[in-house]
Amino acid sequence: MSAVEHGAGAGGGSYLTSERGLRSWLLTVDHKRIGVMYLGVIVGTLILGGVFALALRLHLWNPAGGLVSNDTYNKLFTLHGAVMVFLFVIPGIPSALGNFVLPLQVGAKDVAFPRVNLLSFYLYLAGAVLFLVTLVVGGLDTGWTLYPPYSLEGSRGLGILIALVGVFLAGFSSILTGVNFIATIHKLRPPDMGWFDLPLFLWALYATAIIQILATPVLGITAALGFMERIFHLGIFMPEYGGDPVLFQHFFWFYSHPAVYIMILPAMGIVSEVVSVFSRKPIFGYRFIAMSSLAIAVIGFLVWGHHMFVSGQSRWANVIFSFLTMLVAIPSAIKVFNWLATMYKGVIILKTPMLYVLSFFAIFGVGGLTGLFLGALATDIPLHDTYFVVAHFHFVMVGAVMIAFLAGVHYWWPKMTGRMYDERLGTISAVLVFLGFNLTFIPQFLSGIGGMPRRYATYAAEFTTQNRVSTVGAFVLTAGLVIALYGLLASLGRSGRRAPANPWGAASLEWSAAASPPSHHNFDTPPRGVRPYDFSVLRKVSEEAGWVNAGGEAP
Amino acid sequence: MDHHAAPPAGPPPQAAPPALPASVLLGTAGALLALTAVTVASSRLDLGSFNVVLALAIAGLKASLVAMFFMHLKYENRFQAVVFVSALFFVALFIGFVVFDTMQYQPEVRAATEAAAPAR
Amino acid sequence: MNGTATTRPGSAGPSPFLAGHFRSMGEQLDTSKLGLWLFLASELLFFGGLFVAYAVYRANHPELFHYAHHFLDWRMGGLNTLVLIGSSLTAAWAVRSAQLGRQGELRLMLLATLLLASLFLVVKYFEYAHKLHHGVFWGAAYHPSEEILASLPAALRAAPVPAHLGTFFSIYFLMTGLHGIHVLVGMGLYLWLIRRAGRGHFGPGYYVPVDAVALYWHLVDMIWIFLFPLFYLI
Repeated sequence: MSAVEHGAGAGGGSYLTSERGLRSWLLTVDHKRIGVMYLGVIVGTLILGGVFALALRLHLWNPAGGLVSNDTYNKLFTLHGAVMVFLFVIPGIPSALGNFVLPLQVGAKDVAFPRVNLLSFYLYLAGAVLFLVTLVVGGLDTGWTLYPPYSLEGSRGLGILIALVGVFLAGFSSILTGVNFIATIHKLRPPDMGWFDLPLFLWALYATAIIQILATPVLGITAALGFMERIFHLGIFMPEYGGDPVLFQHFFWFYSHPAVYIMILPAMGIVSEVVSVFSRKPIFGYRFIAMSSLAIAVIGFLVWGHHMFVSGQSRWANVIFSFLTMLVAIPSAIKVFNWLATMYKGVIILKTPMLYVLSFFAIFGVGGLTGLFLGALATDIPLHDTYFVVAHFHFVMVGAVMIAFLAGVHYWWPKMTGRMYDERLGTISAVLVFLGFNLTFIPQFLSGIGGMPRRYATYAAEFTTQNRVSTVGAFVLTAGLVIALYGLLASLGRSGRRAPANPWGAASLEWSAAASPPSHHNFDTPPRGVRPYDFSVLRKVSEEAGWVNAGGEAP
Repeated sequence: MDHHAAPPAGPPPQAAPPALPASVLLGTAGALLALTAVTVASSRLDLGSFNVVLALAIAGLKASLVAMFFMHLKYENRFQAVVFVSALFFVALFIGFVVFDTMQYQPEVRAATEAAAPAR
Repeated sequence: MNGTATTRPGSAGPSPFLAGHFRSMGEQLDTSKLGLWLFLASELLFFGGLFVAYAVYRANHPELFHYAHHFLDWRMGGLNTLVLIGSSLTAAWAVRSAQLGRQGELRLMLLATLLLASLFLVVKYFEYAHKLHHGVFWGAAYHPSEEILASLPAALRAAPVPAHLGTFFSIYFLMTGLHGIHVLVGMGLYLWLIRRAGRGHFGPGYYVPVDAVALYWHLVDMIWIFLFPLFYLI
């Protein structure tokens, strides 16, 4: 196939057209189709969580609230958190982008266990549906962290029980995805692709998968125990039956802290890919970044108690967890310096993925640094349960992870769909998202330092300006996201520009050896390993035809 | 890209592992049965808190035999053993830390319970 | 693990069980075993949470465990231990039979594993039924009958009854119950293997499912190896 034919997408049997009909999608075992289905549902959960967020921000326009009752407010922030964390941020990048890209980058025809992959999707979907069901049976008002004794009291209603089952199923989905990814990376590489020939996105997914396999089962048992406690009054967590509620927090955070690394590691993987390609320079410090990913995964298991400094946890535990929390910042910092060094003296190409990645640097920098104030015991005490915490985790979960997700979706969109998104709309969306995001969350750092508590439906009048700026920012952010979505979907229409196999001049296998979109089996011939950041072997033909391998042949 | 007929078969898979000899299987089962008897017998002795340690040690030995021989970890790719041992390590970490923490605040819990009890 | 039928030109001996995305049967076997071990790691963490609950309550309320474990009959627990060890032996032997191509022996070993697993559950049923009949429930529902209290050793009957005994039984029922569910799932898997073995699917060239299910089964055995002393003996 030559570079001039626009890949298999021209109707020559790509994975999108190789089989037709609803059943061929619903019963597919093709990792690309599964990735696309995940992407659809995940964008849906982002929209759902976002609607809750907008309702919250509107309610907080006035210090006395007024849009909804206090009870409804509690349900809104609970479901906003639960939907966003469990259904969007944790599965987002690995399931939607990872599933699609991993086998391509590793030179394989599919993941190691394709049918397990489909099972993962349906488990995730079932979990998502159950969260929707909680809305109907009266909602959930416990906070996404579901702490007993409040959450497991008999008078809570069905919502908590359904949510616990939803969490369990979504968690099982995550575990199976992790198993698939590690097995694939270990066993399905070409013989000449060594560990240090892997693109860094794969190192990121590998480290993520370690956490998925080892941490998520603890969430599963926590959900199961909570469920059983509520129904059978077991006396594990509920003090009135002899239980210990702080024990729940240990269980919950043993998973949920490593979970934030499930969120950020794939995001960092995307950043590594994009920053290198759009600086036209091999990534700086490849081995440091790879090893840092593993270090983050391991150290991430040792710091869960920093969510529990004021819970009644012992003083010794507090000190040890605080110290270990300082350590986990180090590998992240190493990565940031390596990315910046990659850009130094590079040729910076300001396309949409790179704009999002530049936003990432600024926002993740602030988000990560503010984590240090929360990790230090003395400063955490006054900041705990204030908007400072809320701002910190939105900076890292939204400003870093969601923005990296958008970078990745734009970056791999040509590969997934065979179409180029509109660059102007992409640019506008990136700018609006950056502006809107900062407008929304910087005031929250300020109100947090001022003492405004989180999860309150009303606030003191002195915080009015900050809240209103934040609300305006939320709508600007929403506008940016809507434009991004529109820009992507519009490319699928009749006037959408067809994508060449390698529009960005990247060297990893999904670009250099597969069509846009790829054929059902990914590669015509089994590919050989390549150096994934060696751009010298590529030359640009034209904007339309993209880049080709120096030998002249494109996939 | 060259186009040879037979594709390379991936990172070289191990030669199909040989079947475990009957003697190894029976020997392992025998050892497990014997150790079960030892566990029961030793639990009858009153060694105070050492009983727990001893029981766990014997159970650990039995589990190692199951893992190394029945699950043929001894003959397999070392990475699989790494996977298994890492999981055990994290379980130990989880147990160790949580027990340590809960034990630290038990005196306060006891005091609070006793203070509340007379009120009932 | 078992694949859709594919013959691939140039591959080392077309097998109807080689899944299309693997390059050889050896790769399929290696990858499937790694996948199973990764899944077992997750199972260890899943049960590990319950071991945390056990450890916390034992460390903070040792009197609870010293008292309550007398409610459990060590002979039934011991019998179940022997049953599971036996079933691990037959499960591992089944893998050996498949590798050596001994079909009759394979089917016998698979069946034996299934029967021993059923025996485990039968014994478990009697244990649970006895307890529930005598009001030995979990948590707040713990209301022991006079009969069962009278069956405790004399020294224990004289001692003060620890508070929140129900918590011991919560942990007991949770752990043995979750383990029992895993035994049930294992039985289902062995039934599936027996059916496939009956159709002659397994042999030296292809025995991944037998190996994989056996690995799962050995984990179930391993967990019981810990549960038995922790609840019945100490």
